[in-house]
Amino acid sequence: MTATEMRPGTAPEPELAPPRRALDQNWRRLVRMGAVAALVEVFIALSGMPVRLDERPVIVSILSLGYVFVGAIPIVVGHRIGRQVRREGVPIHRAGGYELLGGTLAGAIAGAGLSVLVALLTHFDIREPLVNWSPQLRDLLSFNRGTVFGVLIWLGIGAVGGFVGGGLRLLPARWRRTLVTMAATVVLLSILEQLVADLVSGVRLESVADWFYGRRGGLTHSGAGVTAAIAGVAAFFGRGKLKTTRERIKSLEGPARTRANAGMILLTAAILIVVPMLVGSLTNELLANVGLFVLLALGLNIVVGLAGILDLGYVAFFAVGSYTAAVLTAATSPRINPEFPWFVALIFVVIVTGLVGLFIGAPVIRMRGDYLAIVTLGFGEIIRLLFLSDWLSGWFGGAQGITAIGGVEIFGLTTVDGTNPRGVFYLVLVFCAIAIYVSWRLERSRLGRAWMAVREDETVAEAMGINTVNVKLLAFVVGAVLGSFSGAIFANKVGSVFPSSFLILVSMVILVVVIFGGMGSIVGVIAGAALLIGVLGGPKQPGLLAEFSEFKLLIYGALLVWMMLARPEGLIPSARRTRELHQEEFLQDAWLRGEVDTDDGDGEAPGAEGRP
Amino acid sequence: MNGFSAPLLEIRDLSIEFGGLKAVNGLNIQVYEGEIVSVIGPNGAGKTTLFNAISAMVPITSGDIVFEGSSLLGLDPNQVTARGIARTFQNVRLFTNMTILENVMVAQHCRTSQGTFGALFYTQAFRREEAEIRARGEKALGFFGSRLVGFRLNQPASVLSYANRRRLEIARAMATQPKLLLLDEPVAGMNPVESAELTRLIGRLRDEWGFAIIFIEHDMSVVRDTSDRVIVLNHGELLTEGDYADVSVDPRVIEAYLGQDTAASSATTS
Repeated sequence: MTATEMRPGTAPEPELAPPRRALDQNWRRLVRMGAVAALVEVFIALSGMPVRLDERPVIVSILSLGYVFVGAIPIVVGHRIGRQVRREGVPIHRAGGYELLGGTLAGAIAGAGLSVLVALLTHFDIREPLVNWSPQLRDLLSFNRGTVFGVLIWLGIGAVGGFVGGGLRLLPARWRRTLVTMAATVVLLSILEQLVADLVSGVRLESVADWFYGRRGGLTHSGAGVTAAIAGVAAFFGRGKLKTTRERIKSLEGPARTRANAGMILLTAAILIVVPMLVGSLTNELLANVGLFVLLALGLNIVVGLAGILDLGYVAFFAVGSYTAAVLTAATSPRINPEFPWFVALIFVVIVTGLVGLFIGAPVIRMRGDYLAIVTLGFGEIIRLLFLSDWLSGWFGGAQGITAIGGVEIFGLTTVDGTNPRGVFYLVLVFCAIAIYVSWRLERSRLGRAWMAVREDETVAEAMGINTVNVKLLAFVVGAVLGSFSGAIFANKVGSVFPSSFLILVSMVILVVVIFGGMGSIVGVIAGAALLIGVLGGPKQPGLLAEFSEFKLLIYGALLVWMMLARPEGLIPSARRTRELHQEEFLQDAWLRGEVDTDDGDGEAPGAEGRP
Repeated sequence: MNGFSAPLLEIRDLSIEFGGLKAVNGLNIQVYEGEIVSVIGPNGAGKTTLFNAISAMVPITSGDIVFEGSSLLGLDPNQVTARGIARTFQNVRLFTNMTILENVMVAQHCRTSQGTFGALFYTQAFRREEAEIRARGEKALGFFGSRLVGFRLNQPASVLSYANRRRLEIARAMATQPKLLLLDEPVAGMNPVESAELTRLIGRLRDEWGFAIIFIEHDMSVVRDTSDRVIVLNHGELLTEGDYADVSVDPRVIEAYLGQDTAASSATTS
């Protein structure tokens, strides 16, 4: 590698050893990885995902999302086969025949999984237990050309995919980055189709959108070509500029950093205010749903991320907020219907949810760890069952719920309800801003420090004079109130509340959002909600990939498992949490910088002489 | 010993049982203001249990613990700390992922009052209190020289060396603004230089900060150099108490530490 190809800030590449011989494969590993990939392929196929996703084209008449899903796996496994562990003193081999052969074989094994499936699909019919064991799947997998073709083509696709995956290692880093960026951008743009098309049409460029996207979804050939070309050029000449820029911003200190942060916040705010004006109601609906979940996730983040209380019944507060708002604003509420304006009702929502938070929290908070989690899970269900019960149906309508709830009247100017998703989004945005501010301020206060201490070591926190019951209860209540905002908006947006809207699933989804995004990190939680809820969809709300909705939970689960293995601190983690989970690496880095102190009793901080 | 004024801490007839095991049995101890008292005794003598009882971390079976004239019974650990008793732990227990400054700031929780309102509206009072918390925290850290201040302030406690963790733990206890400091084996695991330095610091803690100090220690040179009075526990009971000079030659103490046979032979040789 020449010096010009090195990015600034990265460590110089170690001396490369000559390529490994192609036949010196680690056969056991190769077969194992291939077999795992094959199993994954078969599992995905039988889950019915490819059939449903086939309805979603990526590039018109060439590629559907279903094929992307199935076809990507041999590439990934082919690439993984050539992975070398970087360790001090262990040479890194240049890529060569080893990677190509290993990748091809592993990919072929992965493809063989589908070959076998095609053969089995033709000769057996076990539709009874396996719903997706369908002729449709067989036709899709054999490209409508019969069993033999199907068997052979998947061996071929697997081998080619694996070859490509392994071959990526042979390319110079710059070309590899370019190719990957091109492919990723095309897939991304097709996933974001609704948003992008809507946005482009919003700025009166419908013709561009029509040219870019096919009539029944997917990028047109020219659209895909242009996208790939632009992405390729940008990646080729960008050479990781994005990364260096980010690092430069990160390295800023003092007022410059504050200015950069302020600029970033203003820019984000401007985008969030302008974009909804340009997009249609469908996209605004989506944005509003994301916002509602951001609000919920921020609330839960205070409880789980800051205070370390694993609350599995968070939906209870969402439900209480919804029902309180519904009862107080709707004329159709069974028992009491004062028909308050929404903002007046909101005051009561805060009071009621706060009290419910205290009521649930008081017994729960004295427990720790697993016991606490299980009890909160129970309370989450109890609240829903109470709303459903005959006993309280005189108040809350039982299974029929409360319907015909009016919208949010904003100072007599306009009414925001489900028919006006743009208004709902702006309303949610305001409350998200409040929630962000609350989280941000509290984290940097006496209370925030106490929460951190409780999370780290409750016994010691107690011994250091922190009334742990009080501060935990306060976290519970603050979280509850933020969640109730979301509930109150939800009730008046949807116009009706039913107990079935508050299933335990909602709690789980919010928790996944928080964990996926990064516990304790405000930006992470927002990103997590945008990705999971925006792209995949919420428990009942469709996302950008409406075709995924049946497999949402499967994908949530898979993502969560993958995240816990690969990046337990979450997507955009808080610095503190990263330190917590990677203490070894952190200490090693600190040691390399000479910041870890040693026990030399002269009272002088080691490394101090090297600092300004 | 000051026999005229009322004791700061008075332990009356204290007994603690775990199941059938008597960890502490009928103990009577008095500690006066400005006094440095060391607690020694073989393993299992009930020293740490005594500390846990004073800081309300274990329930006591019978007896009473009176601090500044009123009983500590029935209080939570945080209330005991608020009353003015702070402690360290035998196995250092810092908030390792919080910064060094945050460790001493969070310890002032019970001395400060700003809540959600002040934090959310960033009031004058909130800012003043934050500045005070910070200043007091830095003062406590500054007691240990330049080790824990400067660029260290904003580093997580996990980067600290073992000895500095012990120092930070003491600083954290100091930050709770106590009247009585309970140090559980403060020099355990330190080398002789560090332990000699900390010995001097324990004296300064009393002289400059006005704390009364009870500390558990196995290192007899530290016990000799610092304590006004030595309390010897054995099997949960008070074996003897008094000056180091008296206690250290008491045959019962030697026996408790070394076993009967060795004690007998060492008594004849010395």
